[in-house]
Parts: sequence; structure tokens; C-alpha cells
Amino acid sequence: MVRRVPPIFVVLLAICVWISLLNPRFATVPGFMSFLMRAAPAAILAAGQLFVIVAGGFDLSVGSLITLVVLGSSMLIDGDPANTAWVIAVMFLIGIAVGVFNGAVTSWLKVPSFITTLGMLVTLKGFALLWTGGAPRGFLPNNFRVFGRNRLTGVPLLDEVPYAVIILLVVAVVATYLLHRTGWGKQLIALGDNPRAARLSGVPTAKVRILAFVASATSAVIAGILLGGFSGVSTNVGDGQELGAISAAVLGGAKLLGGRGTMPGAIAGALTLQALFTLLNLLGWPKPLRDGLQGVIIIGAVAYTAWRERRS
Amino acid sequence: MQRKEMVALVLAAALLLSAMPQAGVAQRVSEFWDPDEFARQMALLEMEPVGPPDKPWLQALDPTWVDTSQYKKDPPWTICFSNAGLFNPWRVVGFTTMQAAVEANPLIKEFIVLDAEGRDEKQIADIADLVASGRCDLLIVSPMTTAALTPAVERAAQQLPVIVFDRGVNTRAPITFISPIGGYAFGAQGARFIAEQLPNGGKVLALRISPGVDVLETRWSAAERIFAETNLEIIGVEFTNDDRAVAKSIVTDYLLRYGQIDAVWMDAGATTVAVLEAFEDLGYEIPVFTGEDQQDVLVKWYEEGLTGIAPTYPTFQWRTAVEAAVMVLSGQPIPGPEWKLPQPTITNETLAQYLQYNMPPQHYALCGCEDLPGYPQRWGGR
Repeated sequence: MVRRVPPIFVVLLAICVWISLLNPRFATVPGFMSFLMRAAPAAILAAGQLFVIVAGGFDLSVGSLITLVVLGSSMLIDGDPANTAWVIAVMFLIGIAVGVFNGAVTSWLKVPSFITTLGMLVTLKGFALLWTGGAPRGFLPNNFRVFGRNRLTGVPLLDEVPYAVIILLVVAVVATYLLHRTGWGKQLIALGDNPRAARLSGVPTAKVRILAFVASATSAVIAGILLGGFSGVSTNVGDGQELGAISAAVLGGAKLLGGRGTMPGAIAGALTLQALFTLLNLLGWPKPLRDGLQGVIIIGAVAYTAWRERRS
Repeated sequence: MQRKEMVALVLAAALLLSAMPQAGVAQRVSEFWDPDEFARQMALLEMEPVGPPDKPWLQALDPTWVDTSQYKKDPPWTICFSNAGLFNPWRVVGFTTMQAAVEANPLIKEFIVLDAEGRDEKQIADIADLVASGRCDLLIVSPMTTAALTPAVERAAQQLPVIVFDRGVNTRAPITFISPIGGYAFGAQGARFIAEQLPNGGKVLALRISPGVDVLETRWSAAERIFAETNLEIIGVEFTNDDRAVAKSIVTDYLLRYGQIDAVWMDAGATTVAVLEAFEDLGYEIPVFTGEDQQDVLVKWYEEGLTGIAPTYPTFQWRTAVEAAVMVLSGQPIPGPEWKLPQPTITNETLAQYLQYNMPPQHYALCGCEDLPGYPQRWGGR
């Protein structure tokens, strides 16, 4: 539970203020909405990833799942907007299947989740490229892209709100409730804190863990739909997204080996990363350098968490 | 305590970041700059091609002819093809056209294709395998990288008639090398158009696919030189990796940073629509742009009344390779050792004639495939 304001919110606020000084447009409602819209897929992905992380695992397969969702949707929809609804349903089913597989292999075959999901990353990406023949040929119709690209107009006070931001809000509320207010959420944290103690006290570890992977995979499907909507068909769309989600969760105060983490923290972590990249862009840092910084941030955040724990 | 530490950390980071020098656009002399070839391509652009006007894939610019009577062989023939890969829609459209052109010719009994999947070493082995098989009457090669494939093509040419197209090799061993006018002409046309359209000091963003590929490097080196002679400000040169998501993010970043971009120069059209969407989504007017002959670009350009230009690198050259193979095995003279194909440019005036609403978004208008068997379904059209 959140008892005090975690440090990540202070950092987020500081970066946002700094961006506003460099680019006053950022501090306006439309400017901030654009920012949230771009950050929404990463924040949703971080929320999903946190379920796996607090239970003491990793889900590295989410990036490839995103790529599969984007490429698969364009292949199945095949330019006909009438196909959008059932294709989105199929994508969620694929996501659930991937999550169940990741969770089941990790729980029952005792393969560390790092390896299971790394294998899944390679498999899904390979499958997506095989499916499309290596070159994106289809396209996504507007009724698919609307979620990641368009805005709801006529909203009181705010005028326009991107659909992606509404989806982010819903995911944030649901995910916070699931992790912090349900028995399953408490079991997840117990499992990550001390798997043996959790098992002995009657936590159905396999079921709890499988559901965590399903939550993570579902978040990847949602993120994939938003990213596909934002920019259209792209073969690299999911690359590196898993790293971003893990960084965000850790920045938000989650412990990498499980047992601790808050949902608002993870989402704030994702927003902070996006804000930081926006800031570095405004400061004129080239993109490769910005990408490189992400690795440094993960190491720094983990080191900081460990240092804080040693002191307390 | 903890929060104070965090704030201190952020302030320290702030100091560090502000001290970083503004990273400028890397300025380096391109190793892909050949002023004589640039001048030659610009001259070819002005020239009238010889050959049938309704079949541009059989036309040639300023051709010299090579005698092929020594390769004459009784049909039916087996033609072999070593393909660099099918890694983008341009190659997919071209290869589909090529297969259809083979089917359309009853004198070709077999078409053996090996796909190098974008790897030089595989293509070198593929070529050796095809030659060793003894089944090929003629070998067509679309090379991956110029330098790496040169020795392999040279060895093959000692045993077989060889035709090379698209990317070249550093040898005159093949009977002919088929290609459109070239990258300098492509890059220069877009850059000249932007220079004409923009006022002094206009801001231009250049987007490139990736570094080190000769057909792409030449496009940028020509554009770079033309921009250097103007008062335009090149605010950035970035690589998109031919990825729409990357391209859209880059343009969004530049718009947030500069507030205005007057033109976007691109070395290819695959990500053009995503780039234009970045302007739309942030509420900016779409600027002057350069694209290519993909249908999604042409449709958006036409329907929204934009100002653009589309130099082309026609996919019909894949068909030319098949036609050239047939001419060689029939003993007819062909343009060589270089066969320069025309390279039409689509402008606001000629745009309407290239629109094909029945074709998919990544179909190339200049496929030269409309009269081939299976059109339009085979190319994904309706």
C-alpha cells in the first residue's frame, strides 16, 4: 500500500517542470495530453510487467508479443475494417495463450522465467516475421488505429482526450485494484517475497504465477494495439519494449527479485522515462545516446534501491 | 531524508545534462561522392530514352549495345536467379513481377531462385551452388553488397552468361548491369524541389533508411550537396531503419524541439505516410515532402492536396532482368555493359495518372506489371 509519496513522483514532477521551462507548450492541456498519449503504451506495459516482477519473475516476451499483435492484425484484417473487431478478440486470445504458456512452463517445468520468456521473445518475433514474409505488406484500417491515434472530442474542461489516455486510466485503476486490493495481489507479493513461505502457507503458487503472466501478456496486447494505432505497421515496433517496462517498474520502486512494488509507482516510472526522453530530446541529445541511457538508468535505480534497503 | 536525497540527485543530474554540448549533425565527407557520376546522372535525367514508350522496362538511356550471339541457345531455357533477399515491400513487388514475367514467357521452362535472406556469405554460396548445379542456362544476380559479391559474380561469369541488376558489382564481367539512372539523380530531384519551394532559412529535416548502402548513400550525398548551396537550414539527418514507428517518433521529437519544419527530405517512401501523420497528429500543417511511388504516399498526397515530389527507383527493373535474359539466350544484342533504365519522377502535375486505388498501400506504381498474368490479385490488388 502507498503510505507516502514515493520518490519517483518527485522526480517525475521535477522533469516535467524542467520540460515546461524549455517548451511552454508542454504545460498546456493539449501538450500534456500528447505526452500522456505517447507514454500510454509503455505505462500499460509497465503495469502488466509489475505483476510478474512482484512475484519474483521477468517477462521478456512482451516486446515480441507487441510486434506479433501489430503484424498479425494487419495480416488478418487484410485491409477490411469489418474484420477489426474479431481480429482484436483473437489478439487477446493469443496474448492469454502466451501468458498461460509462460506461466505454466515457469511453474511446472521449473524453467526460470528469464529463460522461458527469452525463448518466447525469439519464438514470437520469428513467427511474426515468418507470417509476413519479413516485409510488412498489409496496413491497419482507421477503426483499428483510432485507439492509438485519435482523440475523444468535446470533453468538459479538457476539450480533447486521446483514447490512449482513457485506456491508460482504466488499466491503471484496474491494475492498482488487482495488485493492492485483492487476495491474488497479496499472494503475488507473498510469492515474490518468499516463495517457500508462500507455498507452505497455502498460496496456490502455479495458479497465482500463471495469472501474473497472463496479466503481463494482456498488457502487451493492449500496448500493441495502441502502438500499431500510433504509427501503423512496423516490424520493429516491439523491440526493446520489455526493457522499458522493467526499467519503469524498477524506477517506480519495485524490487527486481520480487516481493515489493506499487502499481502507481510503476506507472509513474514509465511516465518518468518518457518524460526523461522528451527532456533529452529538447536538450538536443541524439537518439542512440538516449537509448544508451536507459541501461544506465536500470543499473542506477537497482543500485539505489539496494543501497536504501541496506541502510534501513 | 530519502526525498531530499532524490531531489539532490535530480539537481546533480540536471547540472550534468545542461553541461552536455549540443550534439550537432555529424558532418563528414561522404565516401560515396563521385562528381563525374553525379554529372552523368543529371545529364541522363534530361535525355529521351530509346525503346517502346509504352514499355519503359524495355527502354534504355544513351545505350551502347553488346553482341550476345555467342550465348544463343535453343529453347526452352532454365534461368537461375540469386536474390539478395525479400526484406522490404520494394523487393516483394519486384520479385512478384519477375515471377509473373517468367510465367508469361513459354520459352522459359524453369526458374530456379535462391534467396540469400540479406546475407552476403549466403549469397556467395548460393551463386556457387547455382553455377555448380549445371542446370542454369543463364544467371541473374541482384547483389546484397557490392564489394562482397564482386568476386563471386566474376567467377560465375567465367562459366555462364550473367546479368546483374539493382545494386551493382565492381566488375565488367557480367553481360550487362541493369539499373535506373541512379541514386544521385533520385536524391538531387527531391532536394532541388525543396530548394525551389522553400524560402531562405527554411528548416529541412532529412530522414534516411540506414547508412552504408550505396544506392541510398548516393541519394543523400547528392541532396547534401544541393542543400549546401542553398540558405536552407538542415535541422537534422536521422536514420529510420525503414520503420514507421521510428520515423514517426523522430519527426514528433523534432517538431516538439523546433516547433516548425518546412520540408522533410526522405531517401525512400516506405515511411513517408507515418512522417506526414506526425505533423497531422500534433496539429501542424503538412510541409513540403519527398516520397516515392508507393500507393499510400500517392493517395494521401492526392486526396489532401499536398505539395510533394516522388523520385522513383522503378520496380520494373525486375522485369527488365527477365526480358534481358530472354534476349541474351535468343542471341539478340542488348544494351550493355550498362543498361540505364528511365527513372520517372512523379510531381503534383503527373500525380493523378499514377493512382491505383485497387492496389495495396505498399504497392509501387511503377511496377510495369499491369499486363502480366495474375494482375492485380497476384500483387495483392482487387
